[in-house]
Amino acid sequence: MASKTKTLQLYRTMLRESSKIPSYNFREYAIRKIRDTFKQNKQCTESTVIQNQLKEAQRNLEIIKRQAIVGQLYSTEKLVIEYTT
Amino acid sequence: MYRQVTKFRNAISTILNEKKSFTSLRNLSSNAEDDKYKIKDNFEGRPLYLDVQATSPTDPRVLDAMLPYLTHYYGNPHSRTHAYGWESEAAVEKAREYVADIIGADPREIIFTSGATESNNIAIKGVARFYKEKKKHIITTQTEHKCVLDSCRALEGEGFTVTYLPVKTNGIICLEELEKAITPETAIVSIMSVNNEIGVKQPIDAIGVLCKQKKVFFHTDAAQAVGKIHLDVNSMNIDLMSISGHKIYGPKGIGAIYIRRRPRVRVEAIQSGGGQERGIRSGTVPAPLAVGFGEACRLAKQEMAYDHAHVEKLSKRLIDRLCGSLTHVIRNGDDVETYPGCVNLSFAYVEGESLLMALKDIALSSGSACTSASLEPSYVLRAIGADEDLAHSSIRFGIGRFTTEAEVDYTAKKCIHHVTRLREMSPLWEMVQEGVDLKTIKWSQH
Repeated sequence: MASKTKTLQLYRTMLRESSKIPSYNFREYAIRKIRDTFKQNKQCTESTVIQNQLKEAQRNLEIIKRQAIVGQLYSTEKLVIEYTT
Repeated sequence: MYRQVTKFRNAISTILNEKKSFTSLRNLSSNAEDDKYKIKDNFEGRPLYLDVQATSPTDPRVLDAMLPYLTHYYGNPHSRTHAYGWESEAAVEKAREYVADIIGADPREIIFTSGATESNNIAIKGVARFYKEKKKHIITTQTEHKCVLDSCRALEGEGFTVTYLPVKTNGIICLEELEKAITPETAIVSIMSVNNEIGVKQPIDAIGVLCKQKKVFFHTDAAQAVGKIHLDVNSMNIDLMSISGHKIYGPKGIGAIYIRRRPRVRVEAIQSGGGQERGIRSGTVPAPLAVGFGEACRLAKQEMAYDHAHVEKLSKRLIDRLCGSLTHVIRNGDDVETYPGCVNLSFAYVEGESLLMALKDIALSSGSACTSASLEPSYVLRAIGADEDLAHSSIRFGIGRFTTEAEVDYTAKKCIHHVTRLREMSPLWEMVQEGVDLKTIKWSQH
């Protein structure tokens, strides 16, 4: 399936863009959510559902990109947990 | 010759090293001694946030939905004469649909307000004043939020009688007592869905059935419940419901009240003005906040199961860690009928405020944010019959969508360390360890 490599690519891009979110909590959530959602949708076989999920993921990728920038514009000090671990 | 020199040098360096390690050991021991009495840890960075019952961080997806309405689409949603107004209005109406959707209501039954406090005021004062000719009695519980209790207090001044139902030791009301309290005079019953301090869930289904049967309006303050547990106004027979935006990862300064249309519930408006929101809440609807609130509701509905599983897992992890390493830890509220994201624990023989001071690298609270300025023990904990000393030693851990496993582990570790440390300093703890029952002690001669 041609869309398999495309899906994988989208997955990787989303994770890469999420790692740019400056806020610890939002970054960790984005990564966890992306991993879980892709894992959960892996078994999905219906093509319309897959198409919708991919569209939704693409929308979320745009949000991640924008919000990473917003976060960088108003960045704060790191959390205490980021210094200790 | 060379070999001898190296040997000598090695010997010297060993002695030096030993001396160094000795001095460092001495430093260490004096540090440990200092640490024991040090109120605060020295730490770098911002504290962790474990107080989501007070307010939750705004979800970036919510902010993303709001930003266009904070920049380009600035029209007044009530302007009917131009496109700026229409686009704002469309966005507000879409948001209203999302809010209605999460509680199974019709969008026309949703009124935007400034938050749950205003919603509670409109519900209680509005209904009571509208039906005051025939009905002059209100029922609520002792563990309600301050704004409900204060609204009732205000109505008492207007000649209404109010029954403040007690709760059982697990924080849940007794249905028989509620049934007994309802009279033909009763206008409204107001009972919160999830308690803000101890996270206890009230039997909303059963209360709804009872109120319907007795033909009394049922209002529930669901600020801590919407988006976290399943709520449906029709199957649960709820007539009025208060919702808050900033408790579900939405913006602060917006909330909503659900008011049933069939059979119609009528309220007297508190605020006079331009007649927006069907005349119930005059004043321009803040379109960006409404859009953010709507998006927060949409996300909360979509992710309810996912978030709940995450919160439940972390909550269990925190409780297991704490109770595994510490004794005399009491969970306030019911063991089962509690929202897992609100963990209210009492650490016996440790003063809650001291523990909060010690845990400055974690944002925690001993109870509601509204009353956190006072050192009085929480009235909610007193209502569930907690001893004065235990009420003073409670800490609320709030776990939400953005809390991580690492944060919970860090919190548990720090908490165990400081509770142990504070107990070691406490003469009471020493007596308990020796087997003295503190309740038998007479503390003063007179």
